[in-house]
Amino acid sequence: MKQGKRWLAWPMGLAVGLLNGFFGSGGGMVGVPMLRFMGLETQECHATCIAIIAPLAAASTGFYLYQKAFALQDALRYLPGGLAGALVGAWLLPRLKTVWIRRGFGVLILLAAVRLLTR
Amino acid sequence: MSWVWATAASFFGAVISALGMGGGGILLIYLTAYLGMSQLEAQGINLVFFLPVAAVALVIHAKHKLIRWKVVLPFVALGLPAVWLGAWLAQKAGSDLLSKLFGGFLLVIGLRELFSKAPSKHKD
Repeated sequence: MKQGKRWLAWPMGLAVGLLNGFFGSGGGMVGVPMLRFMGLETQECHATCIAIIAPLAAASTGFYLYQKAFALQDALRYLPGGLAGALVGAWLLPRLKTVWIRRGFGVLILLAAVRLLTR
Repeated sequence: MSWVWATAASFFGAVISALGMGGGGILLIYLTAYLGMSQLEAQGINLVFFLPVAAVALVIHAKHKLIRWKVVLPFVALGLPAVWLGAWLAQKAGSDLLSKLFGGFLLVIGLRELFSKAPSKHKD
């Protein structure tokens, strides 16, 4: 990591937290490019970003539950697929070429954007 | 058949999440565009869904020494209070506005990723 850029973690943390609370996701989409800018290797960016988002998502979850935005049991049916997918994704990360990670990342996000804006 | 789609969406969402690629987008799209769930409810489910997925992914990434723990701490320290502000603003904004804003946000980030310079500085 570039030493001079370490202070950037503070304002960036603010932005990632804000997004995570506001959109319930998306912190990673901003966090990964931020970490890359700070000089981390691509695969490190993606892995480190999950470590950053996890406690933030836990806090967000607490707030959403408190606001009764959703019911916890409605999330249960996504757990088996989620756990299996996590194993596969985590296994894949060190094995994927970074350029493909970035392109796949961009394409996926764009597809989601089009879907959301045109529905 | 709905459980097949639910499992598929959660599986692929988790794969992408564990890759740190924004898998939240996938489950959110499934929940809102396919199931017709409100944006706020979908966001809540997506958040709690991410927790076990992240736990599994983190154990594996830590084994591969891919996590820079020193960077994590300052991010989280300021991120936590910001989370509360964001979640509060989301409640104020309401689901319809949130959904449009999220679409616009994804568009910007996606275009930026797709057309950014190749990461040639690092060894790939």
